[in-house]
Amino acid sequence: MPPVLRATGLTKVFGAREQEALRLAGEGVGRDEVQRRTGSTLAVHDVGFTVERGELFVIMGLSGSGKSTLVRLLNRLIEPSAGTIEVDGQDLRALSDADLRTLRNEKVSMVFQHFALLPHRTVRENAAYALKIRGIGAAEQRERADWALRTVGLLERADARPDQLSGGMQQRVGLARALAADSEVLLMDEPFSALDPLIRRDMQDLLVRLQTELHKTIVFITHDLNEAMRLGDRILMLKDGRTVQLGTGPEIISAPADDYVADFTSDVDRTRVLTAGDLLREPRLTARLGQPAGEVLRALGAAEANGVYVLGEDGRIAGVARDDLLARALQEGRTALGPQELVADFATTAPDRPLVEFVHLVGRSAVPLGVVDDDGRLLGVVPRAAVLDALAAVPARRGA
Amino acid sequence: MPDIPLGRWVADLIDWLLATVPWLFDAISAVMQVLVDGLTGVLATAPPVVWIVVFTLIALVVRGWGLALYTVLAFLLVVSLELWVETMQTLALVLVAAVIATAIGVPIGILAARNRAVSVVVRPVLDSMQTTPVFVYLIPAVFFFGVGVVPGVVATILFAIPPGVRLTELGIRQVDREVVEAAHAFGARPGQILREVQLPLALPSIMAGINQVIMLALSMVVTAGLLGAAGLGAVVVRAVTQLDVASGFEGGLAVVLLAIFLDRLTAAFGQTTALSRLVRGRARRTLPGRTASDAGEPARAGAPEPV
Repeated sequence: MPPVLRATGLTKVFGAREQEALRLAGEGVGRDEVQRRTGSTLAVHDVGFTVERGELFVIMGLSGSGKSTLVRLLNRLIEPSAGTIEVDGQDLRALSDADLRTLRNEKVSMVFQHFALLPHRTVRENAAYALKIRGIGAAEQRERADWALRTVGLLERADARPDQLSGGMQQRVGLARALAADSEVLLMDEPFSALDPLIRRDMQDLLVRLQTELHKTIVFITHDLNEAMRLGDRILMLKDGRTVQLGTGPEIISAPADDYVADFTSDVDRTRVLTAGDLLREPRLTARLGQPAGEVLRALGAAEANGVYVLGEDGRIAGVARDDLLARALQEGRTALGPQELVADFATTAPDRPLVEFVHLVGRSAVPLGVVDDDGRLLGVVPRAAVLDALAAVPARRGA
Repeated sequence: MPDIPLGRWVADLIDWLLATVPWLFDAISAVMQVLVDGLTGVLATAPPVVWIVVFTLIALVVRGWGLALYTVLAFLLVVSLELWVETMQTLALVLVAAVIATAIGVPIGILAARNRAVSVVVRPVLDSMQTTPVFVYLIPAVFFFGVGVVPGVVATILFAIPPGVRLTELGIRQVDREVVEAAHAFGARPGQILREVQLPLALPSIMAGINQVIMLALSMVVTAGLLGAAGLGAVVVRAVTQLDVASGFEGGLAVVLLAIFLDRLTAAFGQTTALSRLVRGRARRTLPGRTASDAGEPARAGAPEPV
């Protein structure tokens, strides 16, 4: 499937000597030097990426990194100096003003940092704003707006004015306004930055829930790497208007591209970013039902382990064989590993769960934490060492 | 220093205009005369009690009991001073001048807010309009329109335009940029943004501008009286020439009473009024979980949210 959004070589120069600044930037001259020589600001330089349908793509950078400019280039609220933007294969820069307005109205919605609601309109009228511009009938406007407000949990405040709502609620209206437009692409410019931490967490949860239901294509701007890691399928790290790194959260944490990224990742709560899948190791030892007990016991001794996962014919975990129990079985003359020798002394998790949800289970049993798929088959294990390793890991570049 | 005959040039320009487009000044003159005469007729011929009731009701709806009470007392005082007709003549002159000044000033303000070039050109023109001594306006006004009410109205209009332009431009420029950006982001047309976002949000500032326009117009009535416009200005001018302290005081007092009425009334436009408070208060009481005391409270990011 083609990407919903494709940006190529996006560049923006603010200031009079645009062409000269572009030429210098093309020669690899840095932002400060371009500013000094031309007096123009190189806000964004040569940024390219694609966003797939249903993906939540995060653009992450500090203030001044050009992220707010970049997101506005994507719907041409700011006219790019160079580069192309395609939405559903349509070249935005080739569109007439009228066609661009139609595209913004129907295909690309935006959520703003300070909500940007119309203070003189009710919550419902704000939610219906795109539809009103579209010229849709009043009844359908109301129906769509009410659906969007219900989706964000604000329907009962539909007749209030924005200034009667708290900040978190106002941003829900901002979100409802974007959802009611039913556009494919959502551009979110630091939507939760102006909110209190607890409310921000609620809003992130809301966005995650909406995304599992609605599968929008989202470009999400933030300066908070924890937020980026929590929400983003992929993250683009922006610095001084240029791409520093593009990858998934765990990729960025485990292999930061430079010191700038490494500095960021050192503050990240890894337990929320790294998943069981990221920490997965091949089990050093497994046993099969019916295997000779003596052989299993010897293998355990060789591996200096106290227990082992015993798998059934289908690869599912039948239980755990413990060395003390195996020894007793042998003494009592039972030589084959049967179900009666096994105990349920183990814990499992799914590969997509974050570390914070299973860290308390690691190291509790004789066997390492098992990672199983939806059918209960053992994919691998998370030994205690792997967890400690991941939590302690100082990014390689940083230590160097 | 060479002698630059700047004044001569301006005088020549005025002569040339008079010779070239006399019909234009005749037309303007006729329209003004009809407007002022018509409005004066409506205001001055009906019995005072009719208009006092009307003014009081307007004051009550727009502002509340306080202004309504003031309106009754102030206009009764005007009647007892036997200046009712003159006051209504002045009111007509002020209203015509203010409406025309607003009709010229607000669109220029909108243009200036949307177009930097217009803004750059308009600003020094406004500065010179506001600093030119009032009487200087009168000379060309008399040349173009003779004596009577029309040159007074025209001079008043010119004098009263600047705040309308300035506060309209300021109001539109001060509208939250992100809100305007949001309108663009959802595909609104420039005209829609102006009508549905910029003008409504700039309204308090624009209304403050209109309030200023009216006040400046009122301050010109005495000057207009010099040119022969009927009304309170004529009363004051006559008192000055005859050194009649008593009628001078009474005429001046009537101007002040009218000024306070118009100022309080127009200052209330664009703000929360008794009527809209009533309507909004009722709407709020029907909402669950909130009380009317939350009215107008600013957004609190940390407030607990029912989900």
